[in-house]
Amino acid sequence: MAPSLSDIMTPDAAELARAAGKGASAPLEMGSREHDLFVGLTRLGDNTLILGHRVSEWCGHAPVLEEDIALANMALDMIGQTQLWLGLAGEIEGRGRSADDLAFLRDAWHFYNFLLVERPNRDFGHTLMRQFLFDAWHQPMLKALEDSSDARIVEIAQKAGKEVAYHIERSADLVIRLGDGTEESHARMQDALERLWPYTGEMFLGDEIDARLADSGVMPAPESLRGAWDETVNAVLDEATLKRPEGDFAHKGGRQGRHTEHMGHLLCSMQWLQRAYPGAKW
Amino acid sequence: MYAQMVKSEATNDDPEMLAAFQARIDAGEKIEPKDWMPEGYRKTLIRQIGQHAHSEIVGQLPEGNWITRAPTLERKAILLAKVQDEAGHGLYLYCAAETLGISRDEMTEALLSGKMKYSSIFNYPTLNWADIGAVGWLVDGAAIMNQVPLQRTSFGPYSRAMIRICKEESFHQRQGYDIMMKMAQGTPEQKAMAQDALNRFWYPSLMMFGPSDKDSVHSAQSMAWKIKINTNDELRQKFVDQTVPQAEYLGLSIPDPALKWNEEKGGYDYSQPDWSEFHDVLKGNGPCNTDRMEARQQAWEDGAWFREALMAHAKKAAARRASANVAAE
Repeated sequence: MAPSLSDIMTPDAAELARAAGKGASAPLEMGSREHDLFVGLTRLGDNTLILGHRVSEWCGHAPVLEEDIALANMALDMIGQTQLWLGLAGEIEGRGRSADDLAFLRDAWHFYNFLLVERPNRDFGHTLMRQFLFDAWHQPMLKALEDSSDARIVEIAQKAGKEVAYHIERSADLVIRLGDGTEESHARMQDALERLWPYTGEMFLGDEIDARLADSGVMPAPESLRGAWDETVNAVLDEATLKRPEGDFAHKGGRQGRHTEHMGHLLCSMQWLQRAYPGAKW
Repeated sequence: MYAQMVKSEATNDDPEMLAAFQARIDAGEKIEPKDWMPEGYRKTLIRQIGQHAHSEIVGQLPEGNWITRAPTLERKAILLAKVQDEAGHGLYLYCAAETLGISRDEMTEALLSGKMKYSSIFNYPTLNWADIGAVGWLVDGAAIMNQVPLQRTSFGPYSRAMIRICKEESFHQRQGYDIMMKMAQGTPEQKAMAQDALNRFWYPSLMMFGPSDKDSVHSAQSMAWKIKINTNDELRQKFVDQTVPQAEYLGLSIPDPALKWNEEKGGYDYSQPDWSEFHDVLKGNGPCNTDRMEARQQAWEDGAWFREALMAHAKKAAARRASANVAAE
């Protein structure tokens, strides 16, 4: 008789990760203050890195010149924020990994961004809706981080908050115009909303790392941002004449390193040079 | 330069008005959109500025090709900023052309139908990361050669656009040279990429200035109008003289065995690019012509619903404001 198949969850995942060198997970003790902080900061930096990457894919292909300029500007802000969050994460980790090492040498299971931000661009309406749903979370998140007990986080949040105030103004404005534009634009925006909706719930689901970060006043509990997000989203969808989807099913896992199939392809492009020419300076 | 082989339009205006116009130009006055101008001056400028604007827009594509693969966060940010600048240059230039009585949409349609051109250089591919360095160093470097004198061009809006553009272009050239330095001083593979980029971009960069124009009547008219300031050959020579020592500093070889310092003329002797290749590229047979135009066409077509929706929303909003005003009265 054939033996039964073994558990497909790799039992030595941590071992494998260590073997991956600089791309390895934080060798910090799980549950330690440093580990919590490293994960919290990486979650922030990975969101802006992956969404910045997606937005930058539009370069030269936007529907109108002003949007090419706006998209490059948004991507630039997000890449700048990534440098700050991942830079601090590397510093906390204390193993000499730079923001670049973290961005270009980790594999997918060590990225902690929301699944929402790795979703493909599809059409311009889809890209804008994804941006709006993220910005509506990003803004209250940064606002809360301005009251963090960690001064370094406060400093980054203040700088990023100024940029994100423009991001939400732009994305909300365009969602309204396109929702309440033509029949076609309305249908496209409603479709984008329905497709992306199941990826929004993850933004408000906390785990024990979030709970400890919230207890020590370093970062807000994810659930605490729901009210502000609902308020913005409801008001904008209402003005855009779009219907808020009813389902509350949430795809999750991004914040714990379990991603969609799209993530690997994104990393293939993003990390190509660093992977192909290890150790080279650029 | 981003405008190549721009033919001057013949002009059939009143000789006295033409003479007065020429006197203003000779006196160094700027011509502004509402001033009288010969039809030929207007048409030639629309063609030249439009071609320059289109080059900025199509030029986003070969550089955008590497944004998602930029090797560090800083390089990614710099490249994003640079490509954003190019789009901004396109915007100023379209605005300058619009003051001459053509709309941006008309110019876009002319680009997409092939009636208007963009620089031949953007029909070459960016194949390795050093190409992004070479584009900044050589392509922007060649463009600057032409754009610096154009800051003094006779048409006010074009001159002002050039002044802004030149400030940003010099940053672009520096960032390109900085990439080349890192590559040339890097691993053997990186140095090979840098040399490969120079090999492929050298002659296409020389072609950017256009064929020798010493016998061209069109050129003479444009120079009299101060739409064109230097001849193609003068600019090309200046570019070669400036670039050779920069390549030497990088430890890279210019792919021209005939390149030699000429003491007598105080400049380098160099080989002409293959002008039949240049004419092929202009005819649409460059390595990337089809891909570039398809990408622009697709962006325009896929974006139609977006542009229509913004117009529809603006109309609805105006109607709502109007009815709110009526109700308030």
